[in-house]
Amino acid sequence: MSDATKTELHARCVKVYPLFERLWHWAQMALIMVLLFTGLAISGIHSLVPFGPAVMLHTVAALTLLALWVFATFWLFTTGTWKQFIPKIEGLIEVAKFYAWGVFKGEEHPYKKMFWRKHNPLQAATYFGLKWFVFPAIWSTGLLYLTYNFWADSVGNASFWIWVIANLHILSAYVIAAFVVVHVYMLTVGHGFRSHVKPMITGYDEIELTAEQEAYLETNEPGRLR
Amino acid sequence: MLKRTITALGFAAVLGGIFAAAAADAQQSQPITSTADHSKFKILQQDFKSGPEVTEACVSCHTQADDQFMHSIHFTWEYDHPTTGQKLGKRNVVNAFCGNVVGNEARCTSCHAGYGWDDMSKAPQDQEVTADCLVCHDTSGQYTKTSTGAGHPPLDPVSPKAKTITGAKAWAVDLVKAAQSVGAPTRENCGNCHFYGGGGDNVKHGDLSSALYNPSRDVDVHMSPDGENMTCATCHVSSQHQWSGSRYNVMASDAHSATLKPGERRDVATCQSCHGTEPHPSSLMGAKLNNHTDMLACQTCHIPEFAKGGVPTKTLWDWSTAGKLDAEGKPIHEDNYTSSTGEKLHTYLSTKGNFDYGENVVPYYAWFDGQVEYTTRERNIDPSKTVEVNAIKGARGDGVSRIWPFKQMQGRQPYDSVNNKLVFTHVWGPDTDTALWTNFDWAKAIEAGMKAAGEEYSGEFGFVDTHMYWPITHMVAPAEQALDCESCHAKDGRLSGVPGVHMPGTRPFGTASLLGIAMVLAAIAGVLAHIALRIIGRKNREH
Repeated sequence: MSDATKTELHARCVKVYPLFERLWHWAQMALIMVLLFTGLAISGIHSLVPFGPAVMLHTVAALTLLALWVFATFWLFTTGTWKQFIPKIEGLIEVAKFYAWGVFKGEEHPYKKMFWRKHNPLQAATYFGLKWFVFPAIWSTGLLYLTYNFWADSVGNASFWIWVIANLHILSAYVIAAFVVVHVYMLTVGHGFRSHVKPMITGYDEIELTAEQEAYLETNEPGRLR
Repeated sequence: MLKRTITALGFAAVLGGIFAAAAADAQQSQPITSTADHSKFKILQQDFKSGPEVTEACVSCHTQADDQFMHSIHFTWEYDHPTTGQKLGKRNVVNAFCGNVVGNEARCTSCHAGYGWDDMSKAPQDQEVTADCLVCHDTSGQYTKTSTGAGHPPLDPVSPKAKTITGAKAWAVDLVKAAQSVGAPTRENCGNCHFYGGGGDNVKHGDLSSALYNPSRDVDVHMSPDGENMTCATCHVSSQHQWSGSRYNVMASDAHSATLKPGERRDVATCQSCHGTEPHPSSLMGAKLNNHTDMLACQTCHIPEFAKGGVPTKTLWDWSTAGKLDAEGKPIHEDNYTSSTGEKLHTYLSTKGNFDYGENVVPYYAWFDGQVEYTTRERNIDPSKTVEVNAIKGARGDGVSRIWPFKQMQGRQPYDSVNNKLVFTHVWGPDTDTALWTNFDWAKAIEAGMKAAGEEYSGEFGFVDTHMYWPITHMVAPAEQALDCESCHAKDGRLSGVPGVHMPGTRPFGTASLLGIAMVLAAIAGVLAHIALRIIGRKNREH
């Protein structure tokens, strides 16, 4: 960007995360935590919850999360937000370079949040991978695991298949756990933990708007500006 | 005034109605189903001199009863297995307890439901053995059989040394009183023989003991007077004196049809015949538990332990040590096991060898299709291994097998070391010079036993370790005492070692878990490295 265009931008407090998206995010966070915790209990890695209650809680949390995902999918497509999650190569390398190198030298994060594009390219690619591969892997194996008795009789060697399903389920769960570790850590990089978490709570983030964007929002969606 | 009187009368009428209904309910709780009072029958008012005389009186009205009964396993002690083709029944098998009936008749046949069967080589019908109606139908509570009388009751005068089949000091049975008391079998009728199998209280089965005469709910939820107060015959339904629920041919799983009403079937004694195939409540937990019924017998979760109620069961019987005598040549005994009720039990007898016992025993678990294969007299054994006296059959995925609980009996018993077969032994015989319990000579006892059984014997014997299995199905605990999930769903849980089972929680660090943990650790390591580099970078910039 040239200096000329930069001067035209105004930093404004814009609502980037609507209420539903925030509810979705935090409910999903809580449910995933419950699922990881009870899942570890079911695996036998800890016994802080007895096996029976762990299975019940895991099942209820999983079904709740599935329901939430149904709503979220509906919301993503009706509001057009799905476009935010389509990964783009543009800028991806810069962001990756920043995390791998630039951040150690105190460089600025190369990505500027735009009100029509709230995730940086690396973030968008990660979420895309989660949504299209890891989450489907966890819920499809989970549902198959849960409904074992409905299909066991109609396949040969059901005990082999349940073993495969269980292992894929466990593996997907650990991928999600690894994601959580990195995801939480990433909040500390760049503008800092608080400024990264705050928008997901209040919905508002500091975004540099062009004069046209500002004028549009002021006229048509004044509620999104603060 | 009049109005008030009418109201009061009406009120009284309603109250009266309630009381009448309550009285009717009280009567229904103890139904008297019989339409006959046997004490009023002339034929039962005679001075009976023997058991067979009573039977004769019974069959003069119950014309088909003896024919029916004499074809039942209670009388023939013989079972031709329809699937395995094996000839089983007490007449034929060798077990890990007293061994065999043949050669020891009058003692072993003391529990025969007939009078005077003293030669196993002939079927009881061929010896004109009379059926014993009273042992099952007496409700006077004073009918019994002597321990060595081939099924006869102790009658006046009773020898002061005589004992009953339960090991109590014998008394003179009043046959008239017994005959006039007849009714449907109670827990006592069945228990007086079945609770004492193997020669003592709960020796054999583990889940059938004198604790079931009057069990608490904890001991047996079905038979407890505080629970359902069921008799044995409530589940072991019979038709024409043929009973369901023989251990020789178990229905390991019962695809109970929804079209049948409870109690309607007369051919099974399964849990499902009353409880159906989806017995748990319709909740998430209930659904999950119902999902287990394709793998587990009901008994596996609902009988967490057997030999409950203070009566231990024999868990080990080592015959090989029998025969040790003291300095004076007298038999010795050691009583080093103390039951929870403080009773001292034999741990060594010169007559029988070494024993061990267990109370509240955790069962042994195995896939079971309802069939066992006996090491019968014609089977060769491999004495270098533990011999399975009655190997349990079944495996996952055969459509009928379920994981069942068993009592696993550890035995060490004699075998023909040349022909490699289990041997028959002559243990009881107060007047013979070959019986083990009288003469303490194995060589003679085995030779006499094999002769009685009509089997070839090399003359050489040794002792071999054996296992015998008893499916556990009684002493069902109240629902709240059923096994917890983690009894099995845990590392080294109860079903570890049962093949073909995928069970979450049993292998915390399986392949997928290890891979996953490695992945998370790598992520954490990456984060830590990243943090370190950021700190170093910041310090470098500050300089």
